[in-house]
Amino acid sequence: MRKKEDLGKDRLIWIYTQMVRIREFEERVKRTFLEHPGAMRGHTHLGDGAEASIVGALATRNETDFVMPSYRCHGYPIVLGTPPRNMMAELYGRKDGLCKGFGGSMHLADPARYFPGTSGIIAAAIAHATGAALTAQVKNTGQVVYCFFGDGAAKQGGFFESVNMAACWKLPIVYVLENNEYQAYTHISLEDANCMAGDPLSKKAAAFSIPGVTVDGTDPLKVYEVVGEAVDRARSGQGPSLIESRFYRLSAHGNAITVPPAPTQFPEHEAIGVYGNKAEFQAAKANDPIQRFRSELIKNGVLSEAEASRIEQAARSEMDEAVQFALASPLPSPEEATNYVYA
Amino acid sequence: MPREMMYGEAMATAIMEEMKRDPNVIFYGQNMAMTERDPMLKAFGRNRVRIAPISETAEIGIAIGAAMTGLRPIVELWMSEFMLVAMDQVINEAPRLRYMSGGQVKVPIVLKAGYGFAAGWAGQHSNCIYHTMMGIPGLKVVLPSTPADAKGLMAAAIRDDNPVVYLHPYMLMIDSGEVPEGEFVVPIGIADVKRQGTDITIVATGWMVKKSLAAAEQLAAEGISAEVVDPRSLAPLDVETIVNSVKKTGRLVLVDQAPRHSSAAAIIAAEVAEHGFEHLRAPIKMVTALDTSIPYSEPLENYVLPNEEKIVQAAKSVLMRQVVAA
Ligand SMILES: Cc1ncc(C[n+]2csc(CCOP(=O)(O)OP(=O)(O)O)c2C)c(N)n1
Ligand SMILES: [Mg+2]
Repeated sequence: MRKKEDLGKDRLIWIYTQMVRIREFEERVKRTFLEHPGAMRGHTHLGDGAEASIVGALATRNETDFVMPSYRCHGYPIVLGTPPRNMMAELYGRKDGLCKGFGGSMHLADPARYFPGTSGIIAAAIAHATGAALTAQVKNTGQVVYCFFGDGAAKQGGFFESVNMAACWKLPIVYVLENNEYQAYTHISLEDANCMAGDPLSKKAAAFSIPGVTVDGTDPLKVYEVVGEAVDRARSGQGPSLIESRFYRLSAHGNAITVPPAPTQFPEHEAIGVYGNKAEFQAAKANDPIQRFRSELIKNGVLSEAEASRIEQAARSEMDEAVQFALASPLPSPEEATNYVYA
Repeated sequence: MPREMMYGEAMATAIMEEMKRDPNVIFYGQNMAMTERDPMLKAFGRNRVRIAPISETAEIGIAIGAAMTGLRPIVELWMSEFMLVAMDQVINEAPRLRYMSGGQVKVPIVLKAGYGFAAGWAGQHSNCIYHTMMGIPGLKVVLPSTPADAKGLMAAAIRDDNPVVYLHPYMLMIDSGEVPEGEFVVPIGIADVKRQGTDITIVATGWMVKKSLAAAEQLAAEGISAEVVDPRSLAPLDVETIVNSVKKTGRLVLVDQAPRHSSAAAIIAAEVAEHGFEHLRAPIKMVTALDTSIPYSEPLENYVLPNEEKIVQAAKSVLMRQVVAA
């Protein structure tokens, strides 16, 4: 069993640092829509609000474990050590982008860092992640797969079929269902049978006779413990678990969908923009996982105010530099478009 | 009296009018009618207007089952690729049931989806997948290119007793045009000559109709008279109108946003080769997307997709060539 008490000072500071780096990256991405209109195309989705869940989960990871999230994928590679400058350049559609400008925000990939790739089709990657777990099992590598997906994705056949197979084959995978209360513009209370019945979404695990646990995804240490137990189970051959990690997406689903050349920007969160529910959004803001963890670390003497500020300043500079790097990187030359069709 | 409206509004108007006309028409999909402010919900209530979770297989399969038993569902799918999750339902269920039952069963559903969003949506959200459907007997596929056609073909699709895939180009969503008010049905399977011309025929679909009309303007400035034909429906395909145009011009350029071998253009070219060969005075030319997935970055995306310039060049090259008699 992993206990949060076992996490040393360095590890706690590492967790805080990664959370802040994710937030600062996402803030830069969001600001791009104002500062460099048109630079980011298509549909960009942010992970602000998910930081505690992402980092708490990945804090349990061994160095060669696979990480496979959905299309809302910026946060994870930041923790894995992917240079934010290349991620940013990808979002700017530049030659030095992580995927050379071919993929954009929804399709980041960094296989060398055990981040094999992402899909924009809801729940498709749940099957891919399950396949990575099959590789680990067939080759007996001892790796575990961290599969992250949204509450919305948990309505898709791809979810049910994959989890059932993983349970049958006892695959080494942890399914982290990120319940951020929204499926794009639809509140979960309008589309999830468990939620409508007043049950947690982790109840879905019962359908496959695997462990299902709901955890407060705004607390990285709680996520650490719950995911840690599931990872240990998976690594020791006992098969998959389903963790419902509850947090709140702090930005709108994505930038507004517009037909070019009309510019696009980030609208208000759906709680306000669609449902007129300011109170819900403000409550979530007041429970910002980063602010909460910061206060906790300071209160417990892990960090001083000055040290916390230094971490934040460093993350800010790192992400400023990432934007400068992206802006300085050239656009790909058009003829490159015919590359990479076949291996 | 016609009224100026945007493409998106024209589709919504048709759905609204058809739902008023026929209480068996129901409408559901993801991320729609979320609040009581929604005009469809206000007009028809939650019994007929619903929110679906992200479950395309069930959304489409349930529509089929409801259609077999008396309803006429319209499913909002937003992007055509999301249908691929439920390809069995689209291709191997909806269009097969009537035939397999020896004509006893009918499946009047409309699968509404946008496509071809050439705006940086990258590899999985910008594609043209109509080729997958246009060769499936029993399935109808329509692709309106103007607000008026958007309204008229939506009405026709809803009234049709067969499964109809209704695809609308995302790039035309806010284009405006005159739309007839009240009852207005554009029959499925009838092409439309969008611009008259005598020197060359350009057959184009969806967003490419707009590009081809712009190219025809450019050609006109250089003294070349191009006729632009929009099939409007890919299945059934109005080969006759296309061949009649080729009869007049003797030259044909086909413009399609899909990659070459998954384009409607390739099918139309084959039909013209068989039914219009004697009228051709030069080889046919296809202007399609290159054979790649759609890349994210703008210069890459522009390179891959057809544009006005490529259409103009293709038309000129066809005009320069002659079929040499053997
Ligand atoms: C098969 C499919 N259907 C619909 C969509 C459109 N879509 C994109 S994001 C999204 C919502 C996903 O919600 P959730 O799984 O909760 O993830 P979150 O965005 O909250 O992280 C939808 C419906 C899609 N990409 N793929
Ligand atoms: Mg969600």
